[in-house]
Amino acid sequence: MSAKEWPLYEVFIRSRSGLSHRHVGSVHAADDRMALDHARDVYTRRNEGASIWVVRSSAIVASDPADAAELFDPAADKIYRHPTFYDIPEGVENL
Amino acid sequence: MSVDEARLRYVLRLGDNALVLGQRLSEYVTRAPELEEELANANFALDYVGQARLFYGYAAELEGAGRSEDDFAFLRDGHEFENLLLVEQPNGHFGDIVARQFLFESFYVLLLESLTRCRDERLAEIAARAVKEVRYHLRHASQWVIRLGDGTPESHARMQQSIEDLWPYTGEMFAADAVDEAFARDWGGPDLAALRPEWRRRVAAVAAEATLGLPEDGWMHEGGKRGRHTEHFGYLIAEMQFLQRAYPGMRW
Repeated sequence: MSAKEWPLYEVFIRSRSGLSHRHVGSVHAADDRMALDHARDVYTRRNEGASIWVVRSSAIVASDPADAAELFDPAADKIYRHPTFYDIPEGVENL
Repeated sequence: MSVDEARLRYVLRLGDNALVLGQRLSEYVTRAPELEEELANANFALDYVGQARLFYGYAAELEGAGRSEDDFAFLRDGHEFENLLLVEQPNGHFGDIVARQFLFESFYVLLLESLTRCRDERLAEIAARAVKEVRYHLRHASQWVIRLGDGTPESHARMQQSIEDLWPYTGEMFAADAVDEAFARDWGGPDLAALRPEWRRRVAAVAAEATLGLPEDGWMHEGGKRGRHTEHFGYLIAEMQFLQRAYPGMRW
């Protein structure tokens, strides 16, 4: 391995038309095009892919796990946000 | 040479090029500079071995003498292989591999594209499948030529040297012999000399982006198509064939 590591890229693969890209892992690469090739070589060898996105890991802004309580706990008891309390009137076909 | 004999030799040569290059790339497995390049290289090696199997499998049917793809790969002697000298050249350093793949694959893509239009339907189908793989290989190699050529002073100098070292092996790709001419005439195969200007144009375009100079066409090595190889080849097939030679018929 080289002493100075290449930058890290996050890899997103869309497996079929109509689905969305999913995060599958990461690769090291010296530039954007190399990252795309590496993602292809590492993550689509078994026919997983129809489209690839790569993005520099440093470009991703992530939430801090320490903030999880204030970010996510308040949603835990807001059951009224789930659309499960409605009676559907008779005769409504498309809702 | 009969029509059938020329076609058989033509298909075997395609298999020989693919197998020998696949074997060379296999030698590099576990030696790539980065994990991701390691996977790319192993993929390329297996792509070539896979192509060799398709060509040899078809050759076995054409010959109809009971020989199998394995017999062609493991039980023929060096002089019976008629691959291009370029593909048997040793790996050297990473830039040497990049240069070899770039120079050969720039040609191989053109060759396969032409073969998809030949009158031998089976060969056209194999070529159509192989060309997709090789277009990606070439893209990968071309990007490395550009990255190293237009990189640091050292990477530039070494990439330039690699191209110059291998350049004298490029003439053989376009030198048609009786087999090539017979396959072109009888089955609509490629006119090799006619591929050369387009090859030169494509290679020059990548070299220009890589800030590399292309050598003049001088004296060129040849002999691979007659089974006359460079000294490196004996070591390559000795390693490749060892198991079947030492333990005939061994399987696992």
